[in-house]
Amino acid sequence: MTSPVAAVSRAVEDDPAPAGFAVTSSGLTKRFRGGQIAVDHIDLAVPSGAVYGFLGPNGSGKTTTIRMLLGLVRPTTGSHMLLGGRIPQDAQRVLPGVGALVEGPAFHPYLSGRDNLRRLDAADRTADPATCDRRIAGALDRVGLSAAAAKRYRNYSLGMRQRLGIAAALLQPRELLILDEPTNGLDPQGTREVRSLVSDLAAGGVTVLLSTHLLSEVEQICTHVGVMHVGKLVAQSELSDLRAQTAQRVRVDTPALTQAAATLGRLGLTDIVPQRDHLTALLGSAQLTAVIAALVHDDVPVRAFGPVPVNLEDVFVTLTGEGFGVSG
Amino acid sequence: MSVADSRPTTALSVTVARPRRPSSRFLRSELRLIFGRRRNLAGLGVLAAVPIIIAFAVRYSSARRGGGGGPGFLSQATSNGLFVGLAALTVELPLFLPLAVAAISADAVAGEASVGTLRYLLATPVQRPRLLAVKYLAVLIFTVAAVLMIAVVGVGLGMALFGAGPVTLLSGTQVSTAEGLWRLLLVCGYLVVCLGALGAIGLFVSTLTEQPIGATIAVVGLAVISQILDSLSQLSAIHPYLPTHYWLAFGDLLRDPIATDQIQLGVFSALVYAAIFLTAAWARFATKDVTS
Repeated sequence: MTSPVAAVSRAVEDDPAPAGFAVTSSGLTKRFRGGQIAVDHIDLAVPSGAVYGFLGPNGSGKTTTIRMLLGLVRPTTGSHMLLGGRIPQDAQRVLPGVGALVEGPAFHPYLSGRDNLRRLDAADRTADPATCDRRIAGALDRVGLSAAAAKRYRNYSLGMRQRLGIAAALLQPRELLILDEPTNGLDPQGTREVRSLVSDLAAGGVTVLLSTHLLSEVEQICTHVGVMHVGKLVAQSELSDLRAQTAQRVRVDTPALTQAAATLGRLGLTDIVPQRDHLTALLGSAQLTAVIAALVHDDVPVRAFGPVPVNLEDVFVTLTGEGFGVSG
Repeated sequence: MSVADSRPTTALSVTVARPRRPSSRFLRSELRLIFGRRRNLAGLGVLAAVPIIIAFAVRYSSARRGGGGGPGFLSQATSNGLFVGLAALTVELPLFLPLAVAAISADAVAGEASVGTLRYLLATPVQRPRLLAVKYLAVLIFTVAAVLMIAVVGVGLGMALFGAGPVTLLSGTQVSTAEGLWRLLLVCGYLVVCLGALGAIGLFVSTLTEQPIGATIAVVGLAVISQILDSLSQLSAIHPYLPTHYWLAFGDLLRDPIATDQIQLGVFSALVYAAIFLTAAWARFATKDVTS
């Protein structure tokens, strides 16, 4: 289990011009009363400007980590920094630059969406009251909630509540957004909108730490990924590195399965799996072009040939030893 | 070299805004939250209903009896409307006022925790001591509003029904209406100090739980038990230490000259209670894991 983390460390270390990190942690650990370790010595490294997918099944420690990052929960051991400031010492200085959605939206039910945002803005000592209404209107517009701004929060649908939570995170220009399951409860259209919003923000230079249990979400919008499993960060790297790290398989579509398998075996390919009308194999150190040449040379009738697209799900199953159920 | 070791040595270009001048914006928002909530307005309505009921009951009945265990003001209500306000405060002091203060103070932190807004306030960020300070200030302002409202409604309606005139103090001396009103204001101030201590207890209890109703019940229960213990003469040794013991001493403000010894002890007791429980609330809340 150490190799993926080591690979990441290498990636960070090898970066010729290490850009700043928006989030770093060192040995961050939370042991709750009762002895249960929710988060176990994790070393996060979220580069500035990244869209970092914080991926893991429900109960793997993502939310506890986020609560620690924001200073809501004290780490048992370890430390961390946000935007170059230590938490909790520098929290008052750096947290205004951080927009957060933690474990779902939470607002006063009897206030309207707009009044709830006013309330949060009033609590922010760095917020300019003169621009409050304009910023609120802008944030509501950004999440498509302008029409429901005057409606009481208690009458909001789950999707509208989620949008209001994101609007709250966008009340100020932020350098870092920490979004915990931002597409929870949204319909497919809303999910698309939120993902495109996150991508837009990231394009504008905002670093995004996005926790999710959806692999597809990570594949669609993230540049980096950290994988949590039972409180441990079992992998962390750029998404492309993680893909490249995984063993490449090739697929040969042919009626002559035995003949093709013999050729592949001769070239040193392993784990040859014959299917009904094709077979797949681990490429290993062989070159794709050499395989094609050999197949042609051996007169194997080939209908199609190519690398098998890397399925991240397989990667994560390998890393975590299980699928995306609920961690115990 | 681990990831942690490779933490950036160069500081990020943190362009984070600095806090503006101290402003009452958060406090005003807090007050809007309290006074904009229908539940609280209904509670204030109940508090206001008592002087109204007293005024009309006295006006349309011939029975003249003393008003409960405190200084008897009802009998004087017909002579001067001012006493309706005093009678209402006396009647509401054992239960209604503590209930109102308990509901607001117990809701302060536990209410935010129960709906989950606490985590967003803290992440905004609001410093925890600042949150407690604003919450407690709002509780005090609510207490002032509640006490003054009872007095104003009582005096206003009382004077409308019975007129104003010289006020006969408990010591028998007569003073002018203006002097009477001043004494009533002193009574209100004293009650705010007493109830403010209860508010501090409520704020502390509020940091212990995520259930505002449970916290409210605990605080009201405490006030009631304190009064029960205070009524048992066998327990007179502990009476001076009970949080409610000096509450009814406000009658001393209606003597001529004002008897200050009990009042002073009452203010002292309230300040000590407030100091202890505000410190406890801070100690509890400053390092608390917010998992709601």
